[in-house]
This record gives sequence, C-alpha cells and structure tokens, in this order.
Amino acid sequence: MAGDSSDIPLHIPDAPHRPGDESEFADWPWKPEDLEMLEIDCSAEESSEHAIGLVRVLGDDNKASGKWNPELPTEDLKKGLEHMLRLRIFDDRMMKMQRTGKLSFYMRSFGEEAVAIAQTMALETQDWLFPTYRQPGAQFVRGRDMVSMICHCIGNEEDNVKGRQMPVHYTYKEGRFISVSSPVGTQFSQAVGVALASRYKELDEVTITWIGDGASAEGDYHYALNFAAIFKAPVILNIVNNQWAISTHSNFASGLQNFAIRGIPYGIPSIRVDGNDFLALFSVTRWARQRAARGLGPTHIEVLTYRAGAHSSSDDPSRYRPRDENEYWPGGDPIDRLKDHLISIGEWTEKDHDKLSEKLDNEVMAAYKEAVKFGDLANGPYPSSDAIFTEVYETPPWHLMEQWDEMKKWRED
Amino acid sequence: MSNMNMVESVNSALDTMLSNDEDVIIFGEDVGYFGGVFRTSDGLQEKFGKHRVFDSPLSEGGIAATAFGMGINGLRPVVEIQFADYIFPAYDQIVNEMAKVRHRSGGEFWCPVTIRTPAGGGIRGGHHHSQSPEAQFTHTPGLKVVYCSTPYNAKGLLISAIEDNDPVIFLEPKRCYRGPFYGDPHNVPTWSGHPEAEVPESHYSIPLGEARLALEGDDCTVIAWGTMVHVCEQAIKDSGISCDLIDLQTLVPWDREAIEKSISKTGRCVIVHEAPKTSGFGAEMVASIQERCFWSLESPIERVTGWDTPFPHTTEWDYMPGPDRIAAAIAKTQED
Repeated sequence: MAGDSSDIPLHIPDAPHRPGDESEFADWPWKPEDLEMLEIDCSAEESSEHAIGLVRVLGDDNKASGKWNPELPTEDLKKGLEHMLRLRIFDDRMMKMQRTGKLSFYMRSFGEEAVAIAQTMALETQDWLFPTYRQPGAQFVRGRDMVSMICHCIGNEEDNVKGRQMPVHYTYKEGRFISVSSPVGTQFSQAVGVALASRYKELDEVTITWIGDGASAEGDYHYALNFAAIFKAPVILNIVNNQWAISTHSNFASGLQNFAIRGIPYGIPSIRVDGNDFLALFSVTRWARQRAARGLGPTHIEVLTYRAGAHSSSDDPSRYRPRDENEYWPGGDPIDRLKDHLISIGEWTEKDHDKLSEKLDNEVMAAYKEAVKFGDLANGPYPSSDAIFTEVYETPPWHLMEQWDEMKKWRED
Repeated sequence: MSNMNMVESVNSALDTMLSNDEDVIIFGEDVGYFGGVFRTSDGLQEKFGKHRVFDSPLSEGGIAATAFGMGINGLRPVVEIQFADYIFPAYDQIVNEMAKVRHRSGGEFWCPVTIRTPAGGGIRGGHHHSQSPEAQFTHTPGLKVVYCSTPYNAKGLLISAIEDNDPVIFLEPKRCYRGPFYGDPHNVPTWSGHPEAEVPESHYSIPLGEARLALEGDDCTVIAWGTMVHVCEQAIKDSGISCDLIDLQTLVPWDREAIEKSISKTGRCVIVHEAPKTSGFGAEMVASIQERCFWSLESPIERVTGWDTPFPHTTEWDYMPGPDRIAAAIAKTQED
C-alpha cells in the first residue's frame, strides 16, 4: 500500500569499497576543455556548472589545455614540483623517525601535496594562511627553515611552540601561517574573522583556509560560509575532499556526492577543482584571490583529491578500505602528473628528477641531523617545563605563579 | 559624573572604548541598528558607523569564531551573546580556541576578545534566560572571568576587560541593569540616587582581579558577585550581624588576598551565588579558604546557592537565594 513504510529499514550509508573488495572508481567524465573561465564578478548561480563539473588543466595525457590554463612560466612549475617532492621526502623521513620513537606522532600529506603548495604559490606573500594539519607544505612556499619545522615535530628545545602541541601543529607567523589546532573545522570560521579584520583595516590581504570533507559536517563550516557570504569576506574557503576522515567515508559528511555546490545556496561562487592537478589548483586559487582583492567576496572551492596515506601514524587504513585503493584514484598522483607534464613539454627528464630527489634527500637528512642537535622526543632535552605556565595569559596571575612554584619543587631537574 | 543605570554605564564604556581605540569593533545579535535587546549598544552604530558596530547572524559559534579571527589579526572585538544561556554553541571556540591560542602558538598569536553576556535570574526568564554559567568558564585556563554588579563597576571593569590582551568573559547581571535588586520582586528600586550609580563619563578602569568591599563589618565575611551582592546587602541588614560584604568582581583571577584579610578578622564566612551548588565557583573558594585560613575559622563556611536543578519560570523566587536564606546562613556561622 502506498505510504506504508513499515518495512523500510533505517538507512546507514557505507563506503563504496571495504577491505577485500576490488578497488575501483568510475572514470572521470571531465576534460580540461569543458569549462569556460568564469567572470570575476559572477554570481553564485552562474558558477553552478563549475561546481557540478571539475576544473582541470592537465588532461589524461598530462598536457595542459583549456581556458583555465594559467600559462605559468616553466620556472614556477619546477619550483612547484620541487616543493611537492620536498614535502613527500620530508614526510617519509619523519614517518621513519616516528617509527623509531623520535616523534610521538606524525601526519603525512601523501597524495595531497599539490593542495597547499599550488594554492599558496597562487597567493601574495601578505596573504594569511589558515591551515589544517594537512597543509604543512605551505610553509616551504613561505620560506620556513626545515630545521625549525623538525624541531617542532620532535619536540626539542628549539620547538617554537615549546613542547605544547603534538607534531605537525605548526605555527609560523613570519610566513603568515596561523597556528594549527586539533579540533577539526575551527579554523574555517575563524579565517573569516581574519579576513574581515584585513578588510576593516583596508589592507590588500586575502585569507585562505582549508577544511576536510569530514570536518565539513561541523557547525564551523556552515558558520564560515554564512558569515563570509553576508559580510563579503576576502577569504578563499577550500573543502579538501580527500574521500576519507580516518575511517569515515565522505558519504557520511554529506548526502550529496559533490561538496562544491553546497556553497551556492549560501550565495558564494563555487568551483570544484582537480586537487592533484597543480595547474588547475593554481589557476582557480588565483581567480579566487582576484575576486577577494576586488571586494567581490569569498569563493568556495572543493578540492577533489584522495588521501593516499593513512590519516596519521596511529592509523592503519587497510582495516577499513582496500589496501591499494589510492592507486586507482582517477586523479593519479600530483607529483607524477606535474613531472610528466614538464617532461612532455621538454623541460624535464627522468635524470633531472632523480637528481632533484637526491638533492632533497640530502637536504632533509642534513636538516634532520641539524635539528636533533637540539634534542629529540626519545632522548631530550625538551623545552623547559616552565613553558607549561608561560603564555597561558599575557602575564601569569597569582594562582599560576603559586602552582608554577609548586611544580618547580617537584620536577626532576 | 552623572547618574547612570547599568545599561547606560555599559553603553558609556563601549562608547569610551570605541572613541579611544580604532581597533575596537562591536558585533552580535541585534546590537547594531537596534542597539541591543537590553539597549546596551543604543546609539553606537549611529555615532561610530556600521563598520564599527554591527548586527551578526544568529550564530553564537560564528560570532565567537569571527571574533577569534579578528582578534588574532590585530583587532579588539567586543561581542555580545544575547543571553549567557546561549553561549554554548560558542563553547568550543571559547574553550579550545580563544583560551589556548596564545599558549599553543608559542605566543605568536593571541586573542584580545571580550565576550559580554547578560546572565542570571530574577526576570521571569525560565531556564534559558536565567542561568549564571560562570563556573563553566572559571574551569578553563586562559580565560578571565568578570561579573559586574553596579553601574560604576560595570563601566570600569568592562574598560579593563576590553583593554586586556587575553580573552575575557564579561557577565552582566541583567536583573540589575535598571536597578539594584534586594531580593523583593515586589519592590524593585531604580539606580537613581544610588552612590554606585554615580559614573564618570570619561575613561576609568577597575583592575581585573581586585574585589570590592561593599560593606564593612566585624563578625562574618559574606562573598558574592552579580545580583547576589545586593541581595546579600539586604540579608546582612536583616540579620543585624556586622559583616564584611565582598563583591568579588573578578572570578579569574580572584582576589584571594582580600578574602583572607577579611576572614582573618571575622573568622566566619558565607559564600553566595545564583548558579547551582555542585562544582559552583563557591566550592573552589571554600577549598582555597580552608587551605589558607583554617586556623582563623571559628565555624564551618556556609554556601547559599541556586539548587542543582534547571532554573524555573514561575517559581524562581524559590530557586534564587533570597535574603532569608542568606541571613539564616550568616546567623548559623555565629553559632558556637
């Protein structure tokens, strides 16, 4: 009988594939030629095709084409490739060190190296970056010394956050890279405030922020879109859909298969971009920056990618997804694709690539050796435990001073 | 000097800070064009412009997050949460973000935000317009917590809160916006003629962390904050017992020295708050006082508080501590 729902079970979604299943993804129907450039002052509705589709520049053959081709100088492409490879080698080294107890914990950007690196390269140096733990690569673009990054991760005496945060929770104000926080999503709505402060001060500064597909189920994602739209904040709001939030598939974060279009009903022009395509990412971000800088407000971007590695050093993805699923991702690998592109235009060779890898390997090893001179988590020395009490407030109040004195009596010096 | 009620003195503090510091910016629900549901920002948008004083969406989490971002990027936001009962969507942003960013970033970023919020009962507000959630914030390192009680201390403390470089939760006892409340709902005076309603029009500040001696006496130390300061004043009169009445003003960091000094004189103590008893800030004070003043105490410390229940609507006078309960507690401390 119509309307009788007594035999319909409770619907609980599941991931498309679990351990033991064949890995597969549908082929992408999108090509670099599909989408026109958007007018800089387009409305949210006018961006619909770009939200439903996928902005690509590198085709299946990794040649660049289409209206979104940023026509970047070869030197910039090589720089992007170098930073991505630097991050991958850095991550691999740090992961090895984590396994030997030199770090408590680590998180790689494996498979997502293009995201922060291409997007930060598309910005100006005065722009604010408000990252999650999966965008450390932005710091290389902003010139952070690798030794200082390692000192943070291994929690030694030179850790600029003084042993207070877990590894990968970087802070780098000099590079306008704002402190990473563990609660997922909080930075997204805060970034709107950062952007509004820049606008209030009438400065040419744009803020970029990122959130994961999983964290987009938090209230902060929705606060951010709403405030950004209402106050026309000069902010670039990226939702990095890497398919997985630890073991939670993206279909637990939204009833849609597409995250980009969620920006449209908020009144924000929205674009989906291939997150493993360095050129497309660069292009879309540069476009969004122009909008923001001209007072046209926020842009919402779904960065479509795949978390090729584990969530963190504490995670084993073979427990909840096919072991080789990353190899089937239609977007491929961001480093391989830019490398192939450079080779295809005659600007790069396998030999160049090997030479670069070797150089970066040496760079990372040298930085690591330099960093451990200041101690590591396994052996110390650590930052002084006085740092428990400092910078809780600008000036410690009496109750902290008393407890600090008590701690000093009991600690092992 | 002019006679102001607490709405006017809060407004005067905001006006003063908007004039003195271009980095001060005010937003929240209904605070802009309309001037706030309690009128505390009345006229400020017109005077300073929409870019300084504006309405926000109905989104406490978004308000706190936006204030956080503005704060770490050089502004000094003063935001209003329309009722303290509605602060909880912002709790994560306050507790995990504002309170910790200076520490977690190694001092590279800090968040000089003031969150003003009307709190407490006595306005027939039921359980979602009456709560006094100070203890939800005193338990969070990195926050300062202030609770004003009079027009004079509201302005002086609010200016200090805004000028402070740490995040401050600033609770305003809404029952006292337009007059002190002595515990009798049928006889509510205005602030007119009250000495604590003589408020300078210009800038002044009351340091955070200092208590105010509201009454001076010999035989008992009564400690309260917010509306309860005035209810205690009535109770002390009714009891006929000579008491120090300490208006705590700031809960974190609290003025332990003033309390020790008083108890070493009186040897007896009553602590009064509207909020529920269990894990209330009174419990923290009792613990500290017995650590420091054990040998001065002549009798057990008494607590008079709201019950460990939701705040009621029609029967709120049986919930809120009134002069009778407080006077009885004062009398009890005098027993040998």
